[in-house]
Amino acid sequence: MHMRRVGFAVVTALLLSSTAYAQEKIKVGVTATLEGTYTVLGEDGMRGHVTALNVLGKKIGDKELEFVVASTDATPDSAVRAVRKLIEQDKVQILLSPLSGDEGIAVKNFAKTHPELTFVNAASGAQETTYVDPAPNFFRFNMDGAQWQVGLGKYAYETKGYRKIATVGEDYSFIYTQVFGLALEFCGLGGKISSRQWVPLGTKDFASVIAALPDDVDAIYLGLGGADAVNFLNQYQQAGGKAHLMGGSIMIDQTILSSKGNAKNALIGTIAASGQADTWEDPRWQKFVKAYQDSFPPEKRFPSPSLLATNYYGSTMALILALREVNGDLSDNQSKLKAALAKIEIDAPNGKIKLDSNRQAIGTNFVTEVVDDGKGALFSKVVKVIPDVNQTLGYDAATFAKIGLPSRTVPECKKY
Amino acid sequence: MTGFVERHPIWSLIILLIMAFLAWLIFAVWPPGLEEAIGRKKVFLSAVFNGITLGGLYFLVASGFTLIFGLMRNVNLAHGSLYLFGGYVGYGISAATGSWILAFIAAFIVVAIIGVLLQLLVFRRMEGQDLRQTMVTIGLSIVFADLMLWAFGGDFYQIQTPAWLIGPVQLPLMTAMKSSGEAVFLQYPLVRLVIFCGSVVIGILMWLALNRTRVGMIVRAGVDDREILAATGVQIQLVFVLVFAFGAGLAGIAGVVGGTFQSISPGEDTRFLLASLVVVIVGGMGSIPGAALGAIIIGLAEQLGSVYIPTYAIVVTFLIMVLVLALRPQGLLARR
Repeated sequence: MHMRRVGFAVVTALLLSSTAYAQEKIKVGVTATLEGTYTVLGEDGMRGHVTALNVLGKKIGDKELEFVVASTDATPDSAVRAVRKLIEQDKVQILLSPLSGDEGIAVKNFAKTHPELTFVNAASGAQETTYVDPAPNFFRFNMDGAQWQVGLGKYAYETKGYRKIATVGEDYSFIYTQVFGLALEFCGLGGKISSRQWVPLGTKDFASVIAALPDDVDAIYLGLGGADAVNFLNQYQQAGGKAHLMGGSIMIDQTILSSKGNAKNALIGTIAASGQADTWEDPRWQKFVKAYQDSFPPEKRFPSPSLLATNYYGSTMALILALREVNGDLSDNQSKLKAALAKIEIDAPNGKIKLDSNRQAIGTNFVTEVVDDGKGALFSKVVKVIPDVNQTLGYDAATFAKIGLPSRTVPECKKY
Repeated sequence: MTGFVERHPIWSLIILLIMAFLAWLIFAVWPPGLEEAIGRKKVFLSAVFNGITLGGLYFLVASGFTLIFGLMRNVNLAHGSLYLFGGYVGYGISAATGSWILAFIAAFIVVAIIGVLLQLLVFRRMEGQDLRQTMVTIGLSIVFADLMLWAFGGDFYQIQTPAWLIGPVQLPLMTAMKSSGEAVFLQYPLVRLVIFCGSVVIGILMWLALNRTRVGMIVRAGVDDREILAATGVQIQLVFVLVFAFGAGLAGIAGVVGGTFQSISPGEDTRFLLASLVVVIVGGMGSIPGAALGAIIIGLAEQLGSVYIPTYAIVVTFLIMVLVLALRPQGLLARR
């Protein structure tokens, strides 16, 4: 009898303690382009995300973060499908999504139908996402495509002496935004853009596009990414192309600079601009590169993190720090978390980042030039660091609004 | 040919005029008015050449597909996976040995062996059950795609073009006349021309083998009536295995070609399956000349479309398919 009572007490105690120790989970849904043209970008984005978890840990006070990953293919409908699945089936409370430009616009619009949840943009960079009718629960801790081109037009015009260029870009919002940023600066100084070619995302055969490139230009600007960029370079080499090149932010990136084959060597000496530079001396950047390298064996990663890894790192970091600030309190439709995200200033690997009133990042931009490290690996070398780049690119709001939204033909090549 | 002219004199005249106009577009130096209206001649000529050479690649994939369908009535929806796997094998061999030619041989043999296994282990067990075969091959293509993603990752692989094929050659086609009267000739990537010639040679050899040899006779007889052929004592199962191996091997070779002038990555399998389906639907299921014609039409439509109407380039291909299905559902060159 006595023994039985003791046994009962022990069992009760065990049960009690186990409930006391059972951790409350905070479920976060993550999307990345793990299929299609941008597969490599999505994979490296996830590496950046994992690196952030390795550095910062998953603990939020006495709660623990749990991540559910869904794959997309850079199309807006795939992103909405993935986000909807994460919310409805996996019951996630917070989203870290998406990766690509058009996806970003779609997910932002979708975010409005779930005002109670919090959306932290993972890496997408179309201007429209946060500039036009922004969602109050959508936060973007990376700059947009136009901000990432700041400094490039000036460097091309003044230092390189390019006066007339042509552009080739993928036909969707992020690249429109990139060309927008380039054109404003380059044309503002007096440069000319003689033709803008747009190719569908996922184009394999660029031979005709290459043939249609004008001969009488000083440089050709490439706004391509992933498989498209690799295919372009390969066929450009076969066609014997020799023009000076300029690159967009996902063109001059480790996703392309570490691709297999030697077509990428056409990029040596190419000037570009992006939210990061591989060889930046800053200790925060070097620490991040080290953490990235330590998180994965050499054959499972790039020599140095890509822009996508950096963006996923930054957005994961912002989310974790904001959650810690409110001690994981998601009550009252996550209002405390949203308030914390809106005013947090993070010390990201690629410089300090804070948000403007549209919850869009203001950060640091880098003009770079591609160099060979002597062992056959290509890196982007810092040429210029430009701090505090905002979404209106230094224009006042009224002038900026007059330019119009980035598209195939906007902005016109003139001084605004 | 003369029969066609006699039956359709007006159509013949229209076709002749179009051909003459195309020949003029290709060989003449364009007058300035035309250049202003539709762009430089260099762009047009390159697009035509690109369309034809891309057609060569499509032909390699689609001819294996159509051969297998013609003989065995197997709609092998795992054909795209064979293409992609051939590309990976070719990449592995060329990276290990540095030999481009060896990559072709290895890809052909390895993928042909897979084809033999597919025929022996899958198709023979469900002969004559079209729907089951279709479902099984869809399933297999998904499994193969995931296995390849697991083994090779999501990376893009490019097969190294041999040094002697890199760079452009000058073709004896004038694109413009300089003010000094000096002619400017078209520069074109050598590798694409070589690959195109290769696929033409393969096409001609296939046609000869089918129409001039004993084995070809057996295959043609099999296309017409399998039961009677088997009843005459031909080992029809052996013929099936050989044809399947050959068709699969061609897809493997095409994978190496695709990996050389484009790149191979996950997703290419469905892209080329779709392309070869469109090609054989346009050309006619089971017809080798049909596959050649369909491949050229689709290649040209894609390339000219991407230059002149970039926004709608993708639609053009499918418009052609819809038109063919509406007007000549059996395909342009189908016999029945």
